[in-house]
Amino acid sequence: MLGRLSLSAIPLDVPILVGTFIGVLIVGVAVLGLITYYGKWGYLWKEWFTSVDHKRLAVMYIVLALVALARGFADAIMMRTQLALAYAGNPGYLPPHHYDQIFSAHGTIMIFFLAMAFMTGLFNFIVPLQIGARDVAYPFLNNLSFWMTAVAFMLVNVSLFIGEFSQCGWLAYPPLSEMQFSPGVGVDYYIWAIQISGVGTLLTGVNFFVTIVKMRAPGMSWLKMPVFTWTAFCSSILIMATFPVLTVAVALLGLDRYFGMHFFTNDGGGNQMLYLNLIWAWGHPEVYILVLPAFGVFSEVVPAFSGKPLFGYKTMVYATCSIMVLSFLVWVHHFFTMGAGPDVNAFFGIATMIISIPTGVKLFNWLFTMYKGRIQYHACMYWAVGFMVVFTIGGMTGVMMAIPGSDFVLHNSLFLIAHFHNVIIGGVYFGYVCGMNFWAPKVLGFKMNEAWGIRAFWFWLVGFFFAFMPLYVLGFEGMTRRINHYDNPAWHPWMLIAEVGAVLILFGVVCQLMQIFVSIRDCNKPENRDFTGDPWNGRTLEWSTSSPPPVYNYAIVPHVSTLDAFTHDKENGIDTRQAGGQYEAIHMPKNTASGICAGAFALIFGFAAVWYIWWLAAIGLVGVIATVIARSANKDIDYYIPAEEVARIENEHTRKLMAQAAE
Amino acid sequence: MKNKLLARTARLGGLSSALLLAGCELDVLDPKGPVGEGVKTLITTSVIAMLIVVVPTIILTLWFAWQYRQSNTSAEYLPKWSHSNKIEVVIWGVPSLIILFLAVITYQTCHSLDPYKPLEAEANTKPLHVQVVAQDWKWLFIYPEQGIATVNQLAMPVNTPVDFDITSDSVMNSFFIPRLGSMIYAMAGMQTQLHLLASEPGDYMGESANYSGRGFSDMRFHALAMSNDEFNAWVEKVRASSEQLDSQTYPKLAAPSEANPVEYFAHVEPGMFNTIVAKYNNGMVMDKSTGKMIQVQQSAMSDMNMKE
Repeated sequence: MLGRLSLSAIPLDVPILVGTFIGVLIVGVAVLGLITYYGKWGYLWKEWFTSVDHKRLAVMYIVLALVALARGFADAIMMRTQLALAYAGNPGYLPPHHYDQIFSAHGTIMIFFLAMAFMTGLFNFIVPLQIGARDVAYPFLNNLSFWMTAVAFMLVNVSLFIGEFSQCGWLAYPPLSEMQFSPGVGVDYYIWAIQISGVGTLLTGVNFFVTIVKMRAPGMSWLKMPVFTWTAFCSSILIMATFPVLTVAVALLGLDRYFGMHFFTNDGGGNQMLYLNLIWAWGHPEVYILVLPAFGVFSEVVPAFSGKPLFGYKTMVYATCSIMVLSFLVWVHHFFTMGAGPDVNAFFGIATMIISIPTGVKLFNWLFTMYKGRIQYHACMYWAVGFMVVFTIGGMTGVMMAIPGSDFVLHNSLFLIAHFHNVIIGGVYFGYVCGMNFWAPKVLGFKMNEAWGIRAFWFWLVGFFFAFMPLYVLGFEGMTRRINHYDNPAWHPWMLIAEVGAVLILFGVVCQLMQIFVSIRDCNKPENRDFTGDPWNGRTLEWSTSSPPPVYNYAIVPHVSTLDAFTHDKENGIDTRQAGGQYEAIHMPKNTASGICAGAFALIFGFAAVWYIWWLAAIGLVGVIATVIARSANKDIDYYIPAEEVARIENEHTRKLMAQAAE
Repeated sequence: MKNKLLARTARLGGLSSALLLAGCELDVLDPKGPVGEGVKTLITTSVIAMLIVVVPTIILTLWFAWQYRQSNTSAEYLPKWSHSNKIEVVIWGVPSLIILFLAVITYQTCHSLDPYKPLEAEANTKPLHVQVVAQDWKWLFIYPEQGIATVNQLAMPVNTPVDFDITSDSVMNSFFIPRLGSMIYAMAGMQTQLHLLASEPGDYMGESANYSGRGFSDMRFHALAMSNDEFNAWVEKVRASSEQLDSQTYPKLAAPSEANPVEYFAHVEPGMFNTIVAKYNNGMVMDKSTGKMIQVQQSAMSDMNMKE
């Protein structure tokens, strides 16, 4: 009846988990209680959970990403603390069974649920606004994508308290992840979390690809498209091309585990290197999926705060596109040490270092955007300059590892860990936080707190150096990743410094939470409110509509004639918003419960499949399919906002603007 | 006055860098063999080449960020300027040249540091042949020419090339002795090769560099480099052990164990390594000299059942 599930699956013998569970329970009950007390369920359901508005979904994605950050960071600081303690015979406080789950969960959560969710949040935040569209191409799929991602994250967290998570690292290399070596439910939790969130991500890729191809404002030809949209476009292509590979690789692993097949097993003709090739054919483009939009953010932020157009726009576009193509040609650099021939290794090594050319060009483009500018040091700009310094170092260590001869001693060491945190934190994370600070006033209507934002930056920056520079040294000292304890006295001081770094980053995370709290608390202060829609003297279309934008984004679809369309309009005194006050009825999609419904069924399916509760899995699977079919048959999915209503909203906004101007 | 300050600063700098270096022994950058030496040279050369771009980039970033701050109204402000062919040529050209240089040395070192390439030995030195099996969670070293085997201890004479054949009787691991140079994966049913040489006697840490499960952290071994005479004495010491490794005793050894102590086997059944490879491969193993698949003797196979 309950498959593999029994009471013994609940880890009552692990005090850390029991404590965490009690904590989660208290916070959860408090949050749910408050929502009930204030009677906000209907509001949440109607305005958020079932919303197909890209701006609402953006906020939900970013909230999801921040929750994932809390979980992933808790894992990180636990690992660092273990390694600061577990030295010279001291086993530390995390036995291998627990520690191995933590590093597997840390990587999985940070990549799939922090970085991917944050990125999708930024896409939703800004891409439709930036291209002058009223929503994405497939608003319902957008909502469905969100819920698939959200329930997959829930599934990972369920594994904390029911059963266990994977102990095979964030990519679950076979044969370790095969039934023979990992018979528990951990890898199955991993498989279903990846598969369910993979559906969401793939749909996001398709959605934004179509949105950007088909829904740009009239006049916005390819080379008049803002750089952030370009990077979102390239990322979407990469998602469409590579996420199916991930899905297949993990599905084959699932077939091995569930049906005793032999794709990647030691025996029966299986080949583990097949999995490594497949997973990295996805995995390497994946890092570019993440970092390209971060590059896009900097390409918007640096010009806005330097008071100049982006240096070398076309170069930037070409560089982005060439990185997109090259990212497919480098996957073998993740396993030079498998024993491939020198020519194979040389090809993939050189292909990898070629990527550093367009990447370097981008850095110089931002550099020369600042050159002879007037740089305003808003919090965004701190993250941008910090990124440029940190990322340059990360790029260099990346090229070091791209040389197969060097990689033969650096592979899988803490040098590798230092390198990818250097580019993922310094590039991706700094970029996304920068983007959040930059566009928050657009989506929310109020600016984020400056002081706390800058504090967060300094803690993150200094913490990063303390946490990861020692890891470069440890890599040279021969310390490998995923070690639980060690005896080497030379390693210990560096691990202590890294622990200090982790604590500094903790302060950084706390400052970010404070920033959000203070920003929301003070959102009605006049200095934070933004009615103009253009708090930073922005250059692109999104700043031409009000903040927050009305549900339809643009009452009148803007016409674009140049790059940096809004700057052009401002300089020429063109007011795209008024256009003679003649409004038309606007066609909009209706909210739908289908997304959350399909997500709930997917969660049931995933959980049941992990525990071999087949009847329940059948209900879940049929539920997902039935929901989607029912949705397809539903004809009542759209409505018109009447012209009078549009006029009322627009006039109301003009009145507020006047009032603010009069103050 | 100024000179004094300079001298003091220099002394301080020298002192602190000495302290820094004393506190950290960088195994990989202080190699004890020619492979490691080659890698070290490669790493230093490539880093210096890249610093040509990296250092100016970081300095320019900080300089521009400071120079063109809003409050510095004396700095030139060109609100429209966004293109320069000269700059474009430099920012594409210089990195391309550096990558071209790195590509050349990458190609060369891929060949010169190829782990499959035998090392050149001094005249009348015969390479030592060692077969390595990664197990849960220990390393088995078979010396086919000496007919002995050890666990978690690898001895080798100095200045003698060591030819390793590496496989796994479990999950994937990576065979790595940081002081000597390159690593290579150990995979079941497959044989990888590695050639190393220790040029100084010593006790070097060996480890698995690929996570392999619960007992991974203790999957360490001692790589002992010693003189020829010491090595011969060591072989005799192993031969004096009462333990034998054959198809009867092997499964007990291969069963998962954590923090396994050093073990010696006075005698090892011939063909043991091939049998271990072949059991994941329908009884076939690749002959290194011809590259063809050959059948391993069946009798040895039948006793060593796979751990399933």
